[in-house]
Amino acid sequence: MYQPEFEAMSSDALESLQVQRLQDMLARTYENVPLYRDKLDAAGISPTIEALSDLSRFPFTVKDDMRSAFPYGMFAVPLREIVRVHSSSGTTGQITVVGYTKRDIENWADMMARTIACAGGTADDIVQVTYGYGLFTGGLGVHYGSERLGCVTIPISGGNTKRQVQVLKDFGTTILACTPSYAILIAETAQEMGLDIRDFSLKAGIFGAEPWSDNMRRQVEELMGIKAIDIYGLSEVLGPGVASECSEQHGLHVNEDHFLIEIVDPDTLQPVPDGEYGEVVFTTLTKEGIPVIRYRTRDISRIIPGACSCGRTFRRMERVTGRTDDMLIVRGVNVFPSQIEQVLTGIPGVAPHYQVVLSKRGSMDHVEVHVEVAPDTDFDEIRELESLRRQVADEIASALAVSIDVKLVEPKSIERSQGKAKRVLDLRAENEGA
Amino acid sequence: MIEQVSVFLENKPGHLAQLARTLADAGINMRALMVADTEQFGVVRIICDRPHAAKGALEDAGFGVSITRVVAVEMPDRPGGLADVLEALGAEGMNVEYAYAFVEPDARAAVDIFKVDDERAGAVLERAGLKVLAADALYEQDSI
Repeated sequence: MYQPEFEAMSSDALESLQVQRLQDMLARTYENVPLYRDKLDAAGISPTIEALSDLSRFPFTVKDDMRSAFPYGMFAVPLREIVRVHSSSGTTGQITVVGYTKRDIENWADMMARTIACAGGTADDIVQVTYGYGLFTGGLGVHYGSERLGCVTIPISGGNTKRQVQVLKDFGTTILACTPSYAILIAETAQEMGLDIRDFSLKAGIFGAEPWSDNMRRQVEELMGIKAIDIYGLSEVLGPGVASECSEQHGLHVNEDHFLIEIVDPDTLQPVPDGEYGEVVFTTLTKEGIPVIRYRTRDISRIIPGACSCGRTFRRMERVTGRTDDMLIVRGVNVFPSQIEQVLTGIPGVAPHYQVVLSKRGSMDHVEVHVEVAPDTDFDEIRELESLRRQVADEIASALAVSIDVKLVEPKSIERSQGKAKRVLDLRAENEGA
Repeated sequence: MIEQVSVFLENKPGHLAQLARTLADAGINMRALMVADTEQFGVVRIICDRPHAAKGALEDAGFGVSITRVVAVEMPDRPGGLADVLEALGAEGMNVEYAYAFVEPDARAAVDIFKVDDERAGAVLERAGLKVLAADALYEQDSI
């Protein structure tokens, strides 16, 4: 345990720390962020609380609030106190910017150090950071935590899978950090190279940024001969490090000294008791750059009741089981079908009718967008059809920051439904069964 | 120039058969058919007896269809026949996008179809002494 003075706090001590931090955060936020001040004033809510349960009076924050505040409207400190910005991966239309003060970066490093320690890491470990570096929070988030814990940190970033394998082997990497699907690709690439990762020094993986199943966990563990730990985070709240599994692999301990977690019924928006499923809502306690009050993540999970045998007292959330919106996560990048629609409506020659088809190619998720060709197209022009297909693929790639295969399909061939269009066809479960 | 029916075809099993059945049910008689395929889709080019009726039937069945103007040449049955055609077009700076051949019903000669990026291609070939076929030599003109 990296910080047992917090991670193993008694529940009474934790609660009084949370109350004190929440009071401080609400005062700061009300004072410095007009969006929150206006919201609270409009609702006639005073930014003071006596107990944690008072938080349920407060209005929620949603992604649209962050978008409308683009770029810096949600910042609670002057820009001179911000030392870093990151940006959320592909969102509907507009990206959002999140800012961190020096102390935010410090706290983040602590939380990621806890995460790596959760996976059994110590200063003796060698951590290969295969999450992307850049505006995405993954790479630098893990990087700082790894250095904080005193590990040898390999800032290799994503891509070039053969090189990933070579570095795993030659550098004696003991902990790998990447998306679970990429971990499987690395393992398979090693096999193609005639190497067996089970013979390497690798002992654990911290995998996140996309949903994965227990089957997939067992597959990675088997292929790599490691313990695979699920981690959770989102840039609006922090980035990676919000919650992490411990070696028990039964739920993710939420860093409750820095965040309050609530589970709410997505329809009534009323908090549900521990153990029941609902939408995960976070309130930051210590964040200075962008504090958030009751941020609706759209992720569905529950609190796992009871204590964990690892000794950490922070409550555990279950692995995220779904979304309350139609967001897809493609190779770690958030994709909303409506973004695809927006791209298509700007391209003459295709109809705005499309279907996103998710399947498995080997272990990797494969995403293909089926797009209808406009009926008045000159169908004799293969070159024009090919260049139309490339144009659609390029524009989707540039708008979504992830490359997706595009297939042109015949006019009117995509089913028109009466009500809500079935934009996403998910064949992954069938492919896995095959 | 004659009219060819061009059909966009997704690569999926049984799809070409569906196209053929649709034309059969509409009583369309095909003279020639050429399939050009890419990794993602195909384009089927058809010379038939009633191109506009074919287009209507295929569109009703959900296909993406265009009418394309191409040049039909009755090929001299001797070495160098194709070279003559291509040289005549090349001399005028005209580009052949694709070509294919079929045999006329009475099997007197082969007919070559050329997609040329210039409406004057037929006239150029006639001046070069080649036998360019008019639409009525090949099919009913059903456009009006």
